[in-house]
Amino acid sequence: MPTFTINGISATVPEGTTILSAARQIGVEIPHYCYHPRLSIAGNCRMCLVEVEKFPKLQIACNTVVTEGMVVRSDTEKVRKAVTGVLELMLIHHPVDCPICDQAGECGLQNYYMKFGLHKSRYALEDKVHKRKVQDIGGQIVLDAERCILCSRCVRFLQEVTRTGELEFVNRGDHSEISIFPGRPLDNDYTGNLADICPVGALTSKDFRFQCRVWFLSGVESICPGCSTGCNIDAHFRGDLLYRLKPRENDDVNQTWMCDFGRLEYKKANEDRLLTPVLREGGQSVAAAWDAALFTTALRLRESVKEHGPASAAVVASPHSSNEELFLARKLATEVLKTENHGFTSRTPGLRASDDFLIKADKNPNSKGAQLLGFSEEGFDRIVKAISGGKVRALLLFGNVLADFSDTEIGSLLSNVPFVAHVGTRDGAVSRAAHAVLPSSSFVERGGTFTNFAGRVQRFRAGFPPRGKAKNDIEILVGLANQLGAGWAFAGESSVFEAIAGSVAPFSGMSYESLGFWGHVAGGSK
Amino acid sequence: MEQVLTKHFADDRYRHVDAYVETGGYEALRKAFGMPKGQIVDEVRKANLRGRGGAGFPAGVKWGFLPKDLSRPRVLVVNADEGEPGTFKDRLIMSRGPHLLLEGIGIASFAMTIHLSYIYIRGEFVREAKVLEEAIAEAYAKGYLGKNILNSGFDLDVYVHRGAGAYICGEETSLINSLEGKRGWPRLKPPFPASIGAFGLPTIVNNVETISDVPWIIANGGERFAALGVEKNGGTRLVGVSGAVERPGVYELSAGVNLRDIIYVHAGGMKDGKELKAVIPGGSSTPVLRSDEIDVTYDIESMGKAGTMPGSGGVIVIPEGTCMVRALSVLMRFYAHESCGQCTPCREGTGWLSKIVRRIEEGQGKEGDVELLLDVCDNMMGRTICPLADAAVMPAQSFIWKFREEFDRHIEDRKCPYGNKF
Repeated sequence: MPTFTINGISATVPEGTTILSAARQIGVEIPHYCYHPRLSIAGNCRMCLVEVEKFPKLQIACNTVVTEGMVVRSDTEKVRKAVTGVLELMLIHHPVDCPICDQAGECGLQNYYMKFGLHKSRYALEDKVHKRKVQDIGGQIVLDAERCILCSRCVRFLQEVTRTGELEFVNRGDHSEISIFPGRPLDNDYTGNLADICPVGALTSKDFRFQCRVWFLSGVESICPGCSTGCNIDAHFRGDLLYRLKPRENDDVNQTWMCDFGRLEYKKANEDRLLTPVLREGGQSVAAAWDAALFTTALRLRESVKEHGPASAAVVASPHSSNEELFLARKLATEVLKTENHGFTSRTPGLRASDDFLIKADKNPNSKGAQLLGFSEEGFDRIVKAISGGKVRALLLFGNVLADFSDTEIGSLLSNVPFVAHVGTRDGAVSRAAHAVLPSSSFVERGGTFTNFAGRVQRFRAGFPPRGKAKNDIEILVGLANQLGAGWAFAGESSVFEAIAGSVAPFSGMSYESLGFWGHVAGGSK
Repeated sequence: MEQVLTKHFADDRYRHVDAYVETGGYEALRKAFGMPKGQIVDEVRKANLRGRGGAGFPAGVKWGFLPKDLSRPRVLVVNADEGEPGTFKDRLIMSRGPHLLLEGIGIASFAMTIHLSYIYIRGEFVREAKVLEEAIAEAYAKGYLGKNILNSGFDLDVYVHRGAGAYICGEETSLINSLEGKRGWPRLKPPFPASIGAFGLPTIVNNVETISDVPWIIANGGERFAALGVEKNGGTRLVGVSGAVERPGVYELSAGVNLRDIIYVHAGGMKDGKELKAVIPGGSSTPVLRSDEIDVTYDIESMGKAGTMPGSGGVIVIPEGTCMVRALSVLMRFYAHESCGQCTPCREGTGWLSKIVRRIEEGQGKEGDVELLLDVCDNMMGRTICPLADAAVMPAQSFIWKFREEFDRHIEDRKCPYGNKF
């Protein structure tokens, strides 16, 4: 464990730590572009030059390992001149088209220019080398070679993380640029990460391109709802619309990456939303007030139990619901309706592609949570059989899809049930077959926890209130239970989580505080 | 003066194994097989053999950087990329005396327990590659390469690998990448090639001339070799003289020869009696000397004191009447073209230098351009993974420092005083 000093601050770091990461650990920021903690060291941007005692030349902090007694300075005039010089060289051929660049506002060049540059250009405009712009290189990515600073992060990402190697450098000197091979576009499921790791506006997201200036966006810590991996993300929104999802670092789950499918999950929170409760009677749909919708639903459930016994009421839970919601749904089924007809399914329509990295075949964020909280797939199959046999009189159905059934199958199956209440966010076959539509919130309009495939319980947080007249799922569940006379006093997801921690073994001892940033494995040690 | 390398180069047959053996060729290899390996390395150390590729690193010391443990195979790579403008000595060895190189490879490989060697040859050297290939085939046929060489039990394979014409591939780690089939980009060091080099194996990269000196050293002893030169610079070196001299060509001279004598004695003096203006003494990357600065011994230390270096032994003689701005412009265009594009300062800086110098030469220079050049140089020097940025900066700075008035005059007069046009 060598001890060194940087800018007069002394610190002891593990053997093999580079100056750059050692400095980071003690809060000294050394400017860099090509360095990325998840990629190999390239050492070519030359921004992280520092003075090291006994070395005649400036050294790059990213590749210089701290040794005992090393004295480093990153705050001298010599270093500042070097960094400013490198930055100037980086900018001479840059088009400086920030006003039309999506990266503006989160751009490494802008940030360091404000910090170290602020110089006037000494380079003749007509001397600029022009390179290929607006290239659709496949996947979710557009490449502007003129904005590129050739840091090679993207090239290394594709060599080291996806191991697909679609990008390489072509040409030499100031004509160097990154390029795909002719006719061989990006071909992997993680292309969106390229826009994230590109420190400048060279690789931008096709999907986000020209949609919103980043400084109008707010972010909230969330969990990708696209599959059971539960990649940690930041959800970026403006008003009540989501604009993009960005991976958030979690070594135990997704490092700093996410897949291309997950990245587009946000669209489901924006499109085809159910925004008003609806009651349907004899083919007539009417927008309803919440009180009326909850009252009707409670009434029909109670009547069914009373007239046909508890087995005539069924609850189908959703693996898109949070642990908190699932806990309440189960409580509603077993303690209020007193029915054993409850279940869930992780089956979903569409492709169930998976790989050996982040993409899981189970396209639900919380199948594991549903299991741990007492819902089973057998329960679901039993309910489907009961529905087909006409034995279910009132059905409370969570989620936007029903297993992997087609729209027609959903329509004909649910036509066997005299009363279907649907708690969901999106308009579709399920909501259209329902007699009561109770619009709920997307993953960014409510808070809670998901349990990923490995049992890791992770928090996602509300960014903005439910859209339209939609309600938080917990409110809907509590409202319904109390209409049925349960007298629940849950207020918000944290009170529900406390109840889970107090009564469901795998969650025992957990709290939102203990989950922290990176979650906690259910039933396991921290 | 004893000739280590070129003694028989006038004989066309010398490139073939029979003629080579007739003159005592491959006897040093036989001798080496009877020596303890450590002693071979010691002889090379004692010879004060400095790397002839340009950097002048002591060869014996470099060989000592290989890891002691022999669990991983090691590789000897001969750098035959000879791309430094003004340098054309290795090509002479390869075309006139290829077996010198092969024997040197054999001895060096045996000393370092290496069984695999590559000769990475510059792509443009088509004829030299052919001669080498023929020589290798002959050496295999006669048992100087291959399995159980000269019944020593030692095996060695040698391959010729042709480059594709990039200057940067003369830099040893870039060369290794290119040899592996990758883009010729210099590698970040550490790790150094001696620990992780070609194909991840410990690798020694030596220049053609360096390795070709080894047979003589083993045959005659390191001390005798050292005595041919001066202190710390043993032996002879091949000096390629080009430009305005009566007899341009490659000369084998003591490493302690005087630079003035190289031009005025060995190369026959200035062509057509012209006045000497400047000398680029060791390949285009070395700082230029004015005509009044050439009375200096051609060893690394003396040249260092004169602010330059003997580099790769390429002496470029520039006569009066040459526009130094134009000369620099040609050099700068070369470095801008050859920068690999990896490190920011070199990638962007070489092109910028080239553009500024060109505009000064064309009469479009602006006041402050010379200061701008020097500042850009300052932002490039010592800031990159490999020395290509330095190689561009050293001529730029030295041309400006020593011929500043020519640059200023171009800017003031808004034209080239020598009437040059691009």
